Amino acid sequence: MSAYRPPRIPSSEITPKGTYLNRRSFMAAAGGAALLPALPALAEKLTVKPGPYGTTEPQTPKDTVTSYNNFYEFGTNKGDPASNSAKFKPRPWTLEVGGMVAKPQTFDLDKLIADIPLEERIYRMRCVEAWSMVIPWDGFPLAALLDKVEPLGSAKYVAFETVVRPEEMPGQKGYFQPMPWPYVEGLRLDEARHPLTLLAVGLYGETLKNPNGAPIRLVVPWKYGFKGIKSIVKITLTDKQPPNSWNTLQANEYGFYANVNPEVDHPRWSQATERRIGGGSFFGGSEQRPTLPFNGYADEVASLYAGMDLRKFY
Amino acid sequence: MPLPKLSPRTREATIWALYAMGLIPGLWGFYQGATGQIPGDPVRIFEHMLGLWALRFLCLGLAVTPLRELAGVNLIAYRRALGLLAFYYVLAHFTVYLTLDRGLMFSTILADIVKRPYITLGMAGLVMLIPLAFTSNRWSIRRLGSDWNRLHKLVYPILIVAVLHYALSLKVVTGEPAFYLLVTALLLGYRLVRPRLLEARRRLRQASR
Ligand code: HEM
Repeated sequence: MSAYRPPRIPSSEITPKGTYLNRRSFMAAAGGAALLPALPALAEKLTVKPGPYGTTEPQTPKDTVTSYNNFYEFGTNKGDPASNSAKFKPRPWTLEVGGMVAKPQTFDLDKLIADIPLEERIYRMRCVEAWSMVIPWDGFPLAALLDKVEPLGSAKYVAFETVVRPEEMPGQKGYFQPMPWPYVEGLRLDEARHPLTLLAVGLYGETLKNPNGAPIRLVVPWKYGFKGIKSIVKITLTDKQPPNSWNTLQANEYGFYANVNPEVDHPRWSQATERRIGGGSFFGGSEQRPTLPFNGYADEVASLYAGMDLRKFY
Repeated sequence: MPLPKLSPRTREATIWALYAMGLIPGLWGFYQGATGQIPGDPVRIFEHMLGLWALRFLCLGLAVTPLRELAGVNLIAYRRALGLLAFYYVLAHFTVYLTLDRGLMFSTILADIVKRPYITLGMAGLVMLIPLAFTSNRWSIRRLGSDWNRLHKLVYPILIVAVLHYALSLKVVTGEPAFYLLVTALLLGYRLVRPRLLEARRRLRQASR
């Protein structure tokens, strides 16, 4: 099948980060809502060394990465997190890590960042809605944090929880709330310890902006984006499979594993292809491309699921 | 609330103005998308925008009768324009789906139409709109007589498949789709109570004579 055509836009034409700022004037004629994100000014430079698993695919422009997000705590439209997150305060921040561990601890985020060396990881990000980006994250492997608390032999899973702050997160208050809070996610311990699994504290060399899950979020590049829980306050090791929000909401559509899989469609739409969100000028220069098993990370992670029926454990 | 009486020439002009204004959001969206001014996923955003305007014009067209009968506002002269605008937006929405969205990959498009309930519903809406659009002219109305009325009742199932298509395309039903579901329920609900309402009015008028 000749479904895949390489992108028409050479990478040299991808809009460099920053130049988009003056293009934010698209008045969503769809509803009159202007996509005018009010990003907080705090974007500190991070000290980062290049990490493994890079890709040479063109990176999605920074401005697109920070203005097109699913983060329902700030609203359900893609532009909402950028427009509605100015009041959110990502500092000071503490992260509580406990459960089945030898040394439960509450970490001050800035101390943690000073303590663990940061790496740049350029990952593909595939949303369950069939679009994708390429994002240069800055962070550290989740395993490095787990080592600090020393999980017990009985621990089999890791549970994550997002902050609840209705006063700072408008999506968490009002009549029409799409899901119960806090947003929760989970991984099997071996998935959590996999070297690809990242806790990101920045992107493009700067601290995370609010729409992207400031100040600390999970990135699991072989899974659909909703596994990448944002603004994490609590991590708990447990022996039972923890609930994850989308699965709780619609179990027949969203599983616990949520591994990117072109063979297993969402009940209502195909997962065989995806649109890579780029930075071209004519309608973003975006094109459909085939979705790869495990989002292209099969060599690294397929063995984690040896013998499992991935149609059943979607 | 009677509207000011317009001369036929002025009324004609306002109808053309409605067409022109109605097409502005689509043309503007296309211009913005084509010049790289829509951040994020411009294809999806433009496609959604066209779908929403199609739905809006459908609802507006169906609001003409209740507005006349309940509020005494007669916009019947504009109904054909509203219906045709809805049709043009559905056509544009479908064209964007075929080209910018699916990149004319017909194998996946056919699979989509057959396998994805929300696409099947949207397609049903488009197919049903075609005969309505082609008979939205004076000649057809004269030619078809009472059949024209019967044919154009198709607009009710069209609205139903359109809102279902919308709701099913989403991960969760939020405020905006809920609003259109409600509007659909009101517009169609009115058609259910309408015969009784008109009958009651007629009796009232006779009694007061
Ligand atoms: C009566 C005809 C139709 C109406 C009124 C309509 C309306 C809509 C609306 C309101 C949306 C959602 C916009 C949003 O989420 O903001 C939508 C989405 C969509 N429609 Fe339609 N539509 C119609 C026919 C079609 C047809 C014929 C197709 C293609 C065969 C189609 C394909 C799509 C697609 C692909 C989406 C986007 C779903 C996604 O984001 O994944 N529609 N439509």
